[in-house]
Amino acid sequence: NDRSFNLSHGYANNAIRTSKYSIFTFLPLNLFEQFRRLANAYFLFLLILQLIPQISSLSWFTTAVPLVFVLSISAVKDANDDINRHKCDRQVNNRKVDVLMDGQLKNEKWMNVQVGDIVKLENNEFVTADLLLLSSSEPLNLVYVETAELDGETNLKVKQALTATGELEDNIEALAAFNGEVRCEPPNNRLDKFKGTLTMNDDIYALDNDKMLLRGCTLRNTEWCFGLVIFGGPDTKLMQNSGKSVFKRTSIDHLMNILVLCIFGFLGFMCAIMAILNAFWEASEGSLFTVFLPREAGIDAHLSSFLTFWSYVIILNTVVPISLYVSMEVIRLGNSFFINWDRKMYYPKNDTPAQARTTTLSEELGQIKYIFSDKTGTLTQNIMTFNKCSINGKAYGEQLCLRKQMITLVDFSWNNLADPKFSFHDHSLVEMVRSGNPETQEFFRLLSLCHTVMPEEKKEGELNYQAQSPDEGALVTAARNFGFVFRSRTPETITVIEMGKQVIYKLLAVLDFNNVRKRMSVIVRGPEGKLTLYCKGADTIILERLDPSCNKLMKLTTNHLNEYAGDGLRTLALAYKDLDESYMKDWTQRHHEASIAMEEREEKLDELYEEIEKDMMLLGATAVEDKLQDGVPQTIEQLAKADIKIWVLTGDKQETAENIGYSCNMLREEMKDVFFVSANTAEGVKEELLKMCPEAAEEPSVTTSRGGLFWVEKMETVQDEKVDGEYGLIINGHSLAFALEKNLRLELLRTACMCQTVICCRVTPLQKAQVVQLVKKYKQAVTLAIGDGANDVSMIKAAHIGVGISGQEGMQAVLSSDFSFAQFRYLQRLLLVHGRWSYIRMCKFLGYFFYKNFTFTLMHFWYAFFCGFSAQTVYDEWFITFYNTIYTALPVLGLSLFEQDVNDRWSLQHPQLYTPGQKNQYFNKKAFVRCVMHSCYSSLILFFIPWASMHDTVRDDGKDIADYQSFALLAQTCLLIVVFAQLFLDTYYWTAINQLFVWASIAVYFAITFTMYSSGMFLIFTSAFPFTGTARNSLNQPNVWLTIFLSSLLCVLPVVAFRFILIQLRPTINDEVRAKARKEALPAPAPRRTLKKRITRRSGYAFSHSQGYGALVMSQKFLLKGHMRRLALFDHRDSPMVQNQPQHYRTITEESESQSP
Amino acid sequence: MMASSYSAKDEDGHITVSGPGGGTLRNKKPENTAFKQQRLPAWQPILTAGTVLPAFFIIGLIFIPIGIGLYVTSNNIKEFEIDYTGDDTSSPCYNCAKNFSWNNTKSCTCTIPFQLDQPYESNVFMYYGLSNFYQNHRRYVKSRDDSQLNGNIDSLKVGASSPMASRKKKKPSKECEPYASIDNKPIAPCGAIANSMFNDTLKLFYNDPNGTSVPIPLTSTGIAWWTDKHVKFRNPVGTNSNLTAVFQGTVKPVNWHRPVYELDTDPENNGFINEDFIVWMRTAALPTFRKLYRIIQKKNNMAPTLPRGNYTLVVDYNYPVRSFEGRKRMILSTISWMGGKNPFLGIAYITVGSVCFFLGVVLLVIHHKYGNRNNSANISN
Repeated sequence: NDRSFNLSHGYANNAIRTSKYSIFTFLPLNLFEQFRRLANAYFLFLLILQLIPQISSLSWFTTAVPLVFVLSISAVKDANDDINRHKCDRQVNNRKVDVLMDGQLKNEKWMNVQVGDIVKLENNEFVTADLLLLSSSEPLNLVYVETAELDGETNLKVKQALTATGELEDNIEALAAFNGEVRCEPPNNRLDKFKGTLTMNDDIYALDNDKMLLRGCTLRNTEWCFGLVIFGGPDTKLMQNSGKSVFKRTSIDHLMNILVLCIFGFLGFMCAIMAILNAFWEASEGSLFTVFLPREAGIDAHLSSFLTFWSYVIILNTVVPISLYVSMEVIRLGNSFFINWDRKMYYPKNDTPAQARTTTLSEELGQIKYIFSDKTGTLTQNIMTFNKCSINGKAYGEQLCLRKQMITLVDFSWNNLADPKFSFHDHSLVEMVRSGNPETQEFFRLLSLCHTVMPEEKKEGELNYQAQSPDEGALVTAARNFGFVFRSRTPETITVIEMGKQVIYKLLAVLDFNNVRKRMSVIVRGPEGKLTLYCKGADTIILERLDPSCNKLMKLTTNHLNEYAGDGLRTLALAYKDLDESYMKDWTQRHHEASIAMEEREEKLDELYEEIEKDMMLLGATAVEDKLQDGVPQTIEQLAKADIKIWVLTGDKQETAENIGYSCNMLREEMKDVFFVSANTAEGVKEELLKMCPEAAEEPSVTTSRGGLFWVEKMETVQDEKVDGEYGLIINGHSLAFALEKNLRLELLRTACMCQTVICCRVTPLQKAQVVQLVKKYKQAVTLAIGDGANDVSMIKAAHIGVGISGQEGMQAVLSSDFSFAQFRYLQRLLLVHGRWSYIRMCKFLGYFFYKNFTFTLMHFWYAFFCGFSAQTVYDEWFITFYNTIYTALPVLGLSLFEQDVNDRWSLQHPQLYTPGQKNQYFNKKAFVRCVMHSCYSSLILFFIPWASMHDTVRDDGKDIADYQSFALLAQTCLLIVVFAQLFLDTYYWTAINQLFVWASIAVYFAITFTMYSSGMFLIFTSAFPFTGTARNSLNQPNVWLTIFLSSLLCVLPVVAFRFILIQLRPTINDEVRAKARKEALPAPAPRRTLKKRITRRSGYAFSHSQGYGALVMSQKFLLKGHMRRLALFDHRDSPMVQNQPQHYRTITEESESQSP
Repeated sequence: MMASSYSAKDEDGHITVSGPGGGTLRNKKPENTAFKQQRLPAWQPILTAGTVLPAFFIIGLIFIPIGIGLYVTSNNIKEFEIDYTGDDTSSPCYNCAKNFSWNNTKSCTCTIPFQLDQPYESNVFMYYGLSNFYQNHRRYVKSRDDSQLNGNIDSLKVGASSPMASRKKKKPSKECEPYASIDNKPIAPCGAIANSMFNDTLKLFYNDPNGTSVPIPLTSTGIAWWTDKHVKFRNPVGTNSNLTAVFQGTVKPVNWHRPVYELDTDPENNGFINEDFIVWMRTAALPTFRKLYRIIQKKNNMAPTLPRGNYTLVVDYNYPVRSFEGRKRMILSTISWMGGKNPFLGIAYITVGSVCFFLGVVLLVIHHKYGNRNNSANISN
């Protein structure tokens, strides 16, 4: 415990810094960050151009003011974020903790804690750093931690100290004298893994994750504990894990990038035209005009035209408006807030509102074409109820729901520890248990022993189970109600009350669950000293490992299992095995060796487990019901109407998946055919895929198009093929592995896209991601993945938009998602209402924004023909400065934040309204070109109407009005009014805020204009405001107003006429709904139709028992996918901590050590 | 186009449940405000036949009379225009134009006779018009120093006498280059605009039927904007009230014959506030423009300001435009409430009005033929 010695190794101390900037580095760093954005750099370049006097056609402030405006907004946002981070850091760094120093406990700030220190934690304290647990107040050195901050799970996890260190207890002297050496792997970000050894008094102990307290956890139910700091501050797993997330961009973003490049090209083109024409002009007229306007020294016609090019670059730069990107961000942010605020996506039971975790994707919600959904916890509630079981070949449980009325609930009152919420409908089972049938008793004994549930007994008799997964909880609860009450556990014993008698089992080993093994076993020594291995796991796995003697039972049970699966129940098979004392001893020894091995620990353990879990005796099977969430079938129906295709990717068995498909309306009776693909070879899969469309062409038609503008980026799109009738496709994981191969995946995609419904079952998380990527890549469609568990994380990250259900299964999915809410049914509101609105808003915004800026800019182009292509501006420089930032900023935002073409009820009523978004109809290249044409027209009108009416005319007192300044004022006023008139036409939804914005902007325009053109301003800043008196002298002229009126009307009328004709001749669905919405009253909220409960008689399908997941896992194909970083769980019985486990363990390259003398 | 619909407050669909754990837990339920739930009352205009068609007809009906009014007004304005550039051999000014040289100290005079067919009532305005003259060229427009013209005495100081002073902008702005200074003496007024000031002198004589030629009095004040004359342009006020002394140390623009303090004898119309100068300094928007030169005030008696008959325009030909193919014109015009003669607005209004009316009819036909079809809109649910 020598601090100075530990310090000499130079480990990171415990202070953390998540902030990016400090006070001094903020300005340079932030500016650097911002100028790395292309747009900002471009405007900086313009600003530099403007400082060259020969080129500068505008004063520097025209660019500088907006640029500074934009930069400061972003800077303020960044600074605010950073200050928050600073605050957060400071708060965390200043937390106090007791540190053992010089033989006594001292209260220290977190940031002063060093590696090698021993700290004392008390109940409900946050864990300071990554600690090696030394001792605790609880018996057997257990501590309970909550890992909510790490992985979002709120259930308690148990950590246990080494017995050797546990003896230290809270003996300060002993702890102070603690001397050991810890060798461990270098800091990494894997939450679930830790490997190391502790050398103490020449004994070597293995350290693993169970002995580590990770920073970010909270100590619960534990009075105190001592820990040795292993990693501090930035080295902790929490900090290592706070990673860079993938930045998702929307398709509109991509389109925008292309358009901006187009615009740059267009800008260059216009400038080149101007430069060439300027060269001609200078040659023919300019050189003659030198009498009155001499050229500057050293500039001839050619150089002048070159300079003109750059001058026009400056003038015409407003086609790429500086505020565009900022405005887009603001709009998305606004839409995200609207999602957060929506009460109809708030789930009162969990007190969870919907949450937009990414604020940059909102408009893409309106373009979803494919939804990939997880089943468990997403479509289903993930609330498990123990429903049926098969014991020793006899099936128990309710026989469908037909006889429901007649069956009274089983009365569990004989068992005073029963859970009152539990219900079961088969009396015979209770009778069997009470009669002491040995198999039945063994069955429930297994259920009460073989699990990782933590009991919590707050009051006598009031048991509460902390289960890591709901089905485990359901099973233990079932056992409890049938008289095998799991009462308490210690690391070495399990206390069960069997039919009223307390029995204590000694727990010898837990062969834990993981997704490869798909089973878990416990080895216990009964009170009589009998050694037994209890195993429960996926039926396929268990059935493979049975003793041949129970073949007959196996057949019976398999039938039951198939039936259960057919009913959409989740099944588990249970088996046991009596063990030999001597064998056990040997095994334990080997197990210990394997478990402290530094290398290939996993593999060795697996081998050992494999060895012992064989020749087991089958006990029976359980079936747990997984209830559908509210409103799932209706939602799916709605989404299907909106032409969104839903693919279910689930880890469940084919029969279960199929059944869920039927019960939530994805597969329908009236479907023409449902195809199953479950071949075991590539050829077989191909054959089955082709079987579905024998008449189709041999090769899927792939159109290759070049995406982007300048990039050579090939995009291959698989064309949709028309099919008659509705089809469904069910493909299992094994076949999917083949189908995802390079040569077959297009075939798969083509087939799958012809089907209404695709269900992939028995898929691994990686395959989920692969399927998503396949569709993403070859369909160029926007995809959405929705899921709740850690096994959906890869899919959520792969899809364009990831949605997390903040449900029962931890927060991992939510943490990596872009949007989250509590119930699947909110998806329809998110997409059909919010997504649609966001998309419409963004499209309207872009269309309008381009219109307004092109119109604004093109006026300069026309004017060039009258001013010798000299880059003279049409407007006052101040108008150019304020146009985008002040005059039009708010009305545009108003349009794009509050616009609704039809309200939410109508949107939900007519899901078809969603389809234009999928087809990208509102804003695409064509729309952009239309927009440019429109603004060409408008700018022509706006320039030539004032031109014609001002030409050679005078004021009503004979004085001048055709001067440059009056003309500029007239042109800019016309422009502004036309732009607002256009806004008026584009806005469908005029709230008071919109009105306010528009009228205030007009008022502000006139106020600013009159102020700037007033004599006072001129006298104060003589050279900045040369337009003195222009407003006063020209805006009192009737023909000025007549001109304004005429030009605005000429700009607006054709648009009105055109739109009217469109509505009359080719009304879109929107127009129709809008017209309907106007005529009719609001539709009543759709009554929640209760779907007819389907009588599931699908067991016929269930007999086609297909190859299981386990075989797939074992097959080469699966293992070859080398980079399986996030191989998450297939089933949900294990802690999500394990779910991140990588397939290949990195060998330790470096050993970090820590010593405590 | 006016359809107002206020979305009713709709109920929530959820039963409000207080947060778990009683009132201590903060309930995350979003607030039920119209703003947050996007239920702000709104006016939702729709383009329907009922609004669009009448709008078109009404616009048509309003525009046509306005147009006719404008057209008639414009036509009632009398305007007479003479081109005296003199690049035609028959033109009286041909010689002057041909022999023009900047060094001529003696001005060349030419007389142009013309005839007015109609009597000009009320005040008559006399303009000079220039064509192909790029007063709106960027380099031209900015070639001025507003603070000098506003009487800032510093802008009249000698420029580069000391480096400190020059940095403090105590000389004509560099925008005036190359007409900022000569031999280190600042030009007053500086810049290309001032340098190129129009300096022909136009005089008008009425040839009485009895043979005498009567000069017509031309008023040279009241031709500039009030704001220009009183705000934007001011003579520098030095220690000396004498303009000559104030402009001491400056030089006249290269093309000028007289320095700025000799533009007029009237002290209220001299120096920078000379109205001819001010009018010139208000640069035109287009390369063809006219500027107010003189006003022929209405006489007291009932006789027209300019009766029918023969007139003579006498031009002191100082201003060369032939080199850049420019034209010079003299325009006599009366005005109306809508300014000078410009038939464009009237014609445009009539045209737009008629087009609107026509469009209205077309839309009506379209609506009758196709519109009813989607009234029975069958939107499947």
